[in-house]
Amino acid sequence: MELAFYLSGLVAVLATLGVISNHNPVHGVLYLVVSLLAVAMVFFALGAPFAGALEIIVYAGAIMVLFVFVVMMLNLGQAAVAQERIWLQPATWLGPSLLATVLLVTLIGTLWRGDAGMLVQGDVLSAKQVGMILFGPWLLVVELGALLLLAALVTASHVGRQRLQAPGSETDKEAP
Amino acid sequence: MSRTIANLRPEWLTPEVMAIAVAMLQALVILLAAVLVGAILTVVERRLLGWWQDRYGPNRVGPFGVLQLVADMIKIFFKEDWIPPFADKTLFVLAPAIAMASLLLSFMIIPITPGWGVANWNIGLLFFLAMGGINVYSVLLGGWASANKYALIGAMRSSAQTISYEVFMGLSLMGVVAMAGSFNLREIVDAQQGLWYIVPQFLGFCNFLIAGFAVVHRHPFDQPEAEQELADGYHIEYSSMKFGMFFIGEYVGMLLVSALVVTLFFGGWHGPVLPPIFWFVLKTSFFLMLFILVRASLPRPRYDRVMTFGWIVCLPLTLINLLVTGGVILLAAPG
Repeated sequence: MELAFYLSGLVAVLATLGVISNHNPVHGVLYLVVSLLAVAMVFFALGAPFAGALEIIVYAGAIMVLFVFVVMMLNLGQAAVAQERIWLQPATWLGPSLLATVLLVTLIGTLWRGDAGMLVQGDVLSAKQVGMILFGPWLLVVELGALLLLAALVTASHVGRQRLQAPGSETDKEAP
Repeated sequence: MSRTIANLRPEWLTPEVMAIAVAMLQALVILLAAVLVGAILTVVERRLLGWWQDRYGPNRVGPFGVLQLVADMIKIFFKEDWIPPFADKTLFVLAPAIAMASLLLSFMIIPITPGWGVANWNIGLLFFLAMGGINVYSVLLGGWASANKYALIGAMRSSAQTISYEVFMGLSLMGVVAMAGSFNLREIVDAQQGLWYIVPQFLGFCNFLIAGFAVVHRHPFDQPEAEQELADGYHIEYSSMKFGMFFIGEYVGMLLVSALVVTLFFGGWHGPVLPPIFWFVLKTSFFLMLFILVRASLPRPRYDRVMTFGWIVCLPLTLINLLVTGGVILLAAPG
């Protein structure tokens, strides 16, 4: 299983690089699908098949389909590919790559030593502690955030509705 | 006697190796059977449609038209395999492969008899849902890569329809999962020894069947193809064996949904007197006939009605079913 873990990890990294460096938006989104499938495979290799299956169903099977859908609707042709190619010239790559390399070196260095002594200050926070703080003292803020999202949902639904029920539209005439 | 056989056996042929070989052979047989049944169904469907619509159907090649399949295969193999110059070549080739592969992979999880079946996984049902999710890409990419207006409209219809219907396809199965207490299809079949789940999960069955029709886009949910409006939709630019893979893939999908309905709601291989394989084949054939009969008898609804029906009727029904099932299980639970 270790081989499967490293192989799918490698595929995930390469596919994600493909997402960034590809000129064609649809191909880029498909690389992202491959990357998600590879991450699901990593979950399988780690002995968490349930998480892996959900990763495929939710991310690769539903969310990414919507991404592909939107990119298809935009109907980007050869012009968009050419524009992307201009944007992705080596000069543009240089700065972000350098900064990312610094982050990568730091990350590898931290992982290599593997001790908590390198923290700037304080303790390591687990997910459980974060959850307890969020739903304890900060419950009101969390609920306000939820309300904001709900309001956004209602607004989006309202905006979509308005267009459908415009007077004299096709939908109105054909309704029984 | 057994000792002599053990002595005759070569060194490398341990019981483990033999078990692996048998499992691989089984997997191959199931794979070939699925493809072959899919191919034969194309002819069976046309004969049955002809019969139900009071006409002959293909009856010229061989006795009763049984060799029609061979004729079709020869024709489809020798057609020009054409890729339009304006198409996105990689995706154009990839799409039919996804269509076929994702559905064939799903056959792994179906337990045919107590001894037959490829994978016995605890996440069996989730694997089917995952492969169903991947299968959307075949239509989506096929339609987009063709760079054709009709194909694109078909692909967009398909993705919207499949996403909507997959939502309650998954939810309609959760009633069965809750009753059996497992995603493992073998355990689900075993849990139905006393009573098939069609009785307690009737709503779930109806919703799953409708969603199954929609997800493999069979008539009356063949919006992505819709011959009359879209001139075959997403596979309009495809020819030869690439078209063949979309075409056979549709029938393989039919077979898959039928086999799943049998496994989840009709007790799988269980049945009196006759051997398990007979019951499984009989029940699956019944649902295949149902697929064809529905095509023969129902008109295709308008596209927006299909979407409305899914969200307004099927989703609430599925949720009610899930709620009632959960309540009953909690009430019946000891303690």
